[in-house]
Amino acid sequence: MMKNRRSLFERIAGAPYVAWSAMFIIAPLLFVLYFAFTDRNGSFTFENILSLTSYSQTFVMSLAFSLIATTVCLLIGYPLAYCMSKTSERVRGILMVLLMLPMWISLLIRTYSLMALLDNGGLVSTLLVKLGFEKLTFIGTDGAVILGMIYDFLPYMVLPIYTSLTKLDKRYIEASADLGCNPLQTLIKVMLPLTMPGIISGVTMVFVPSISTFYISQKLGGGSFDLIGDTIERQFQNAVTYHTGAAISLVMMILILISLAIMNKFSDNDEEIIV
Amino acid sequence: MKKKLIELRNVCKSFDDEPVLSNIDLFITDKEFVTLLGPSGCGKTTTLRIIGGFETPDSGEVIFDGQSIADVPPYKRNVNTVFQKYALFPHLNVYENIAFGLRISKVKEDEIRRRVKEMLELVNLRGFERRNVTMLSGGQQQRVAIARALINHPKVLLLDEPLGALDLKLRKDMQNELKNIQHKTGITFIYVTHDQEEALSMSDTVVVMADGKIQQIGTPTDIYNEPINAFVADFIGESNIIDGVMLEDYKVKFAGQVFKCLDKGFDKNEPIDVVVRPEDVDVVKPEDGMLTGVVTSVTFKGVHYEIIVDIKGFKWMIQSTDYVAPEATIGLFIEPDAIHIMKKSEYSNMFGDYSTFSDEMDHLSDIVEEDE
Repeated sequence: MMKNRRSLFERIAGAPYVAWSAMFIIAPLLFVLYFAFTDRNGSFTFENILSLTSYSQTFVMSLAFSLIATTVCLLIGYPLAYCMSKTSERVRGILMVLLMLPMWISLLIRTYSLMALLDNGGLVSTLLVKLGFEKLTFIGTDGAVILGMIYDFLPYMVLPIYTSLTKLDKRYIEASADLGCNPLQTLIKVMLPLTMPGIISGVTMVFVPSISTFYISQKLGGGSFDLIGDTIERQFQNAVTYHTGAAISLVMMILILISLAIMNKFSDNDEEIIV
Repeated sequence: MKKKLIELRNVCKSFDDEPVLSNIDLFITDKEFVTLLGPSGCGKTTTLRIIGGFETPDSGEVIFDGQSIADVPPYKRNVNTVFQKYALFPHLNVYENIAFGLRISKVKEDEIRRRVKEMLELVNLRGFERRNVTMLSGGQQQRVAIARALINHPKVLLLDEPLGALDLKLRKDMQNELKNIQHKTGITFIYVTHDQEEALSMSDTVVVMADGKIQQIGTPTDIYNEPINAFVADFIGESNIIDGVMLEDYKVKFAGQVFKCLDKGFDKNEPIDVVVRPEDVDVVKPEDGMLTGVVTSVTFKGVHYEIIVDIKGFKWMIQSTDYVAPEATIGLFIEPDAIHIMKKSEYSNMFGDYSTFSDEMDHLSDIVEEDE
């Protein structure tokens, strides 16, 4: 009796989310599938998918950009998370607020202000010219777009790594030192493997938004950049190219799933990453 | 005289201005089995961690093999540790956990294989190579931890309450096994525990600690038979600790009676603490007793009865194989060699009266303590 009532409660409690995901996750996915494999008259076709070969360069570039951004985020984020986990409780709180602060501001505003900073005649270039450097253009370069990705998504790398580092039992570090590891060996042999779940969620949380971003490349790319995100956005802005847009979205989703599957290979078998 | 392997000289340590160790002087000789014994928070684990290099003393010297090692980090010390709760690496299997130290010191693969096999045999875990360490039982994890430490052939093995998490039966087995391993390998063991029985049965030398100070260092028999103060007498085994006065050499007065004893060298009429172990008291007829009292409780303990007797308001514990009825008046007979005299100390009058005694209290103190 008791058991039945509980399961009934569980079903009711879960219902809003089931309805939500059916409406806003499952249904849109089905629409994407439908549009990707139909033409304008609604009949089945592979045409959309096959036409994507002309976008292969965009795919490669998006992949490369987000991989670079993710790698740099990891290289900055891990040491930062490590230092944070080492500090005293009070300093830790301050660092945490500093890290979270940008996340309280809308991504659009953050990107926009970064654009203002990097613009010709913006703060950075003015400063560099004052210091005697040649006038440099940032907006529209690869570097600016990647910088934008790093700037916007770095906290998502640091937080999960930081969490897994603080949860890491100090005794493992001591045991490793006890068995002859210097601090670098301890990092490689013990800390990295034991914080791998944190690294993987960090990588996922940076890689996925990076590869699908369109706003960052639009603002910091100075209009000259076309990443997958931008392409998809453009396709959906007119009704004629809906089908191509859906096909690109579908391929990108598959691409992301493949990347995540590869990353899961790195983690322990028993710790699946939930995206 | 054996070689001093480790020496602590005047070591002090505090955490957040709270002194944890004060003026620890201790030396440990080669191939010795030393136990640091004391209640929770007495500083025994901190002492061990100082030897292991995980804590730095605020002052004082740590000397290893004739050299000061205060500034030597743990990974450069020829010491290995079996941690409380083992700290086995969860991302490595049994084989890789044990091989860890050898891989770090770049030992050749075939030698690693040989030595891991040897270690697994030593700790009775043959065939466990590929097992996941998180799936092992407490006792098995314990053995892996010992193998992981011993494979590096350390000069000293530090063991921090290694049997604390095991059940009683397994603990007894592991005590014997550890003793055997120590014998076979000839490595110096420094063992931390709060379990006095464990300390007495395994050690060559017992170091009793309380409140960040060493109370007494000695062989298990010394510590048991000649406790230096009321704390040690109470902590090691059961004791009746009574206020007394040393009238002259070999003559002591307590519980209103004068007794012959074997102790001397005290001042005339010096106040002292008298220790009488419960098993050293004979129960006799009231008229034959040196002391008489009323039995307040009797508990059957298997080997003996535990009898609490009220003698002039002071509750004595007596262990006897003969049953006596509660409420009965009995006589007590105490041989001179059953009486041990101790100087007064800060611990006088804190222990040794069984008026508040209950079995539950005993069990409570057995609960495994967390990190100090």
